[in-house]
Amino acid sequence: MPATKTKPYIGQPLKRVEDPRLIKGIASYVDDLKMPGMLHMAILRSPYAHAKITGIKTTTAKAVPGVVAVLTGADVNDKCGPVPCAAAMPVPKVPKHTVLAGDRVYFVGHPVAVVVAADRYVLRDALDLIEVDYDALPAIADPEQALAKDAALAHPDFGTNVAYTWTLANGDLDAVFKAADRIVKQKMVHQRVTPMPIEPRGCLTSYHAGEGTMTLWTSTQVPHLIRTLVPGLIGIPENKMRVVAPEVGGGFGAKLQIYAEEILCCHLAQRLAAPVKWIESRRENASSTIHGRAQVGYYEVAVKKDGTVLAIKARSIADLGAYFQLLTPMIPTLTGLMLAGCYKLKAVRMDLTGVYTNTMATDAYRGAGRPEATYLVERLMDCVADELGLDPVKVRLKNFPKPSEFPFTTATGLVYDSGNYAGALKKAQQLAKWDALLKQRDTARKAGKIFGVGLSTYVEICALGPSKIMPAGGWEWGCVRIEISGKVTVITGTTPHGQGQETSFAQLVGDKLGVPMEDVVVLRGDTNVAHFGRDTYGSRTTVVGGMAIVMCIDKIIEKAGKLAAHLLGAKKVSFKNGTFVAGKKSIGWPQLAGEAYVAKNLPVGLEPGLEASAFYEPPNCTFPFGTHIVAVEIDRDTGQVKIVKYVAVDDCGPQINPLLVEGQVQGGIAHSIGQVLFERTVYDENGQLLTGEFMDYAMPRAGDIPVYIMGSTVTPSTSNALGIKGVGEAGTIGATPAIANAIIDALSPFGVRHLDLPLTPEKVWLALQKGGAR
Amino acid sequence: MIPAAFDYHRPGTLAEAVRLLNDDAKVLAGGHSLIPAMKLRLAQPKVIIDIAGIGDLNYIRERAGKLAIGAMTTHFDIESSNLLAEQCPLMTELAPQIGDVQVRNKGTIGGSLVHADPAADWPAAILALDAELDVTGPSGGRTVKAKDFFVDMLQSAVGPNEILTEIRVPATSRSVAYVKFAQKASGFAIAGVAVVAGKLTSVGVTGVAAKAYRAAAAEAALRSGASFSDAAQKAADGIDPLTDIHASGDFRAHLARVNTLRALERATARR
Repeated sequence: MPATKTKPYIGQPLKRVEDPRLIKGIASYVDDLKMPGMLHMAILRSPYAHAKITGIKTTTAKAVPGVVAVLTGADVNDKCGPVPCAAAMPVPKVPKHTVLAGDRVYFVGHPVAVVVAADRYVLRDALDLIEVDYDALPAIADPEQALAKDAALAHPDFGTNVAYTWTLANGDLDAVFKAADRIVKQKMVHQRVTPMPIEPRGCLTSYHAGEGTMTLWTSTQVPHLIRTLVPGLIGIPENKMRVVAPEVGGGFGAKLQIYAEEILCCHLAQRLAAPVKWIESRRENASSTIHGRAQVGYYEVAVKKDGTVLAIKARSIADLGAYFQLLTPMIPTLTGLMLAGCYKLKAVRMDLTGVYTNTMATDAYRGAGRPEATYLVERLMDCVADELGLDPVKVRLKNFPKPSEFPFTTATGLVYDSGNYAGALKKAQQLAKWDALLKQRDTARKAGKIFGVGLSTYVEICALGPSKIMPAGGWEWGCVRIEISGKVTVITGTTPHGQGQETSFAQLVGDKLGVPMEDVVVLRGDTNVAHFGRDTYGSRTTVVGGMAIVMCIDKIIEKAGKLAAHLLGAKKVSFKNGTFVAGKKSIGWPQLAGEAYVAKNLPVGLEPGLEASAFYEPPNCTFPFGTHIVAVEIDRDTGQVKIVKYVAVDDCGPQINPLLVEGQVQGGIAHSIGQVLFERTVYDENGQLLTGEFMDYAMPRAGDIPVYIMGSTVTPSTSNALGIKGVGEAGTIGATPAIANAIIDALSPFGVRHLDLPLTPEKVWLALQKGGAR
Repeated sequence: MIPAAFDYHRPGTLAEAVRLLNDDAKVLAGGHSLIPAMKLRLAQPKVIIDIAGIGDLNYIRERAGKLAIGAMTTHFDIESSNLLAEQCPLMTELAPQIGDVQVRNKGTIGGSLVHADPAADWPAAILALDAELDVTGPSGGRTVKAKDFFVDMLQSAVGPNEILTEIRVPATSRSVAYVKFAQKASGFAIAGVAVVAGKLTSVGVTGVAAKAYRAAAAEAALRSGASFSDAAQKAADGIDPLTDIHASGDFRAHLARVNTLRALERATARR
């Protein structure tokens, strides 16, 4: 009998099939991999933010017994690299990003030399014996100060700290501003943060001299992008390069990258004819893995007295760091694209200045430019309500496009697929018991408590994306194979690393093919297995990866239908629940698979096998949205903030697995709690990194997380047949302004209209001291 | 962890441990301060003397009206001691506020005190309780009073050739409290205040200055009949508070005052 199932998997909150191996500690991360003859590499890094290297002495280090190699920039920079940037941005002067420093270092953590040894103790001892002479130079770490006339220059050769300027302008902004009743202005700083995945970076490389093939195992989100870009940087043909992402312990954009260490590790495996492993330390992760956010802006909103928001003008400074990583200069432009938020604006303008500083590069961090946009737009909406004396909810409702206005073209030129912003807001208000919550605030304030309620209504851009807007293809590839046994193997070109698609894709395939999920295996993350792919970032995996799989399934069912008709002696067959039926006769996958591969009785012209692959090109991005409502209480004496209510309503379209959706939203909110309340990457005025360990960089812990009240609305996307939208970054995007708005609301009776993140106890307490009337 | 090379000794007796000590040696107790420093190679001792093998340094006993605590007693052992809960409840209130469960299972009271981290929790209680600390060196043992124990930042009265062996605290009433404002990343104290309330109320403060201190001005105010809130205002008088990325000196001093008031109120509410 063919395998059968009765209940649809799609829509079920099923536990993740990948979890048991992760929970039991029997999953394989890079550091679990071992090879015969494997060497280890370690990097000596600059302790200075900016310095001239006047001499490097490696003889003592080389003399340590067991040391295989000690190499500097002079030894390797002409053999491999440079570190690539894929962002297509017109930048006049881009520093050449060699894998090791040349005669200067430009940030604390800048790689200066590499040591290789079989023993990690020997390695570390030798690292300490490399003698580098530095002449310290003036450094610049603050992006706004970097624009001052007398500022120290991050790259003195360039004569300026300005990397580029970029303008997005739509509509007649000047006219709209002139016609406005009022201009609401606010400066905001979006602080620099460190992604801090629990598993730091790491890689293992192996070069097969006989085959001329290179294998790179690396803790990455993007093995396919690496396979596209790295072969040319190490002198290996693309088709002799294999990149594998084993289990990855957190990426959050920090591993949507190609790093110097990966390139160097490949080069050394070839140069030394031995496998080479590199595992990043936590301190290295803090100093030399990308940072996120880091934007300063002066924002203006043109409004009418009744709360109609007419236009937003932004003058923003983005701190890029000393070098470009994969997408560095592009990330702040995403803030510009999302500047209209979920509102009907007549005009928008962003003048963006990208600035070099003597710091680690910034790049994509969960949300990548969109949380910055949502934060500033949603804070501005509260500033507008505050200045006009209006209800922040009513101001938002007044400016939403109606569901009937979709597809909706925003003032920034994006076309939002579908939306019901008021619907999500209403649902969140119901879940929050809005009227009672406002009464609770009144009662608390009367009792002398500091209590605030805030919200954010957000929209994000997901499912990146059509190839026309992406640096190197926004399509996705998939492959589905019914094995000879009838089991199903699914290969995705996306690279899920904790998002749960081994489960959700199995649910999708199980329903579409009518097979038990247990019979479906989802493979990913190995370029020799997933021949093509554009990997996982930008909340794209389920949508574009899933649609590629749907295309494969359609092809297989069509082919299997022909075979079934032939075997059943029928002209036409129908397909339902894993069975092809013609009249009273039927045939299921195991028999069909056997016939397809044994291939003794195939219809004329039909190829053997039951496998299909497909490239899916999305016609547009998707635009999920939602509302978060937060209530906070603040300790008057210590400034400590307690989140007393958290409601999140997200609309990502139909949900394949609501448990995964909820998990993604919850994790994203946790990131925001960190960013709003305590996370910040601190460089001092000399460019020294002061937050290089968990002793000084505060991450949210389980005890910081409130009880979430979760809800959803379902507005299908019109961009894909499944109607799905993506949810990986929604929490991070919606939560930051909601929490901040609640805190500012709590402080508003003290005359506070805005404070910059993070809203630490000391900052809140100071605001309470300085504030106006109670 | 990949520390610099070192020789490792695990002596079976205190005398042997003391014999092994020298300026290049470090005593390993729970290791929760020493090992991270060695991992970063901020500490590169040539010799490690692991005192876990010494028979009797892990105990909590009643002796001559006092509670004697062996230096190798873990934070968790103190947290879960019925004897201390009954007789010196400040110790059992403070212990669970240290680090996390993993830290408390390995970290020891002796190791923490000798390390003399200005933001560690124990110093506040040790000062407020007027504890006595026994130290053994090459020329025998001596007893150090709590007020003389903390010399400077990361410097205790225990010499490089000495080992802390025992901490003695008095039995107290239930009118005690430890109130802590923690540094968000590390969990160490930004301002931790221990109060032992009574005829002569004592106030120990940690996290605020380069070393933990007794809030003498606040104590004097209480003795002269000042209200709790007026006395608490003096909790950082004459102190040079630390400033770092986690809190300014002003905020630390403010929190010392806030937590002194809270600790006084909490302690006196317990009878």
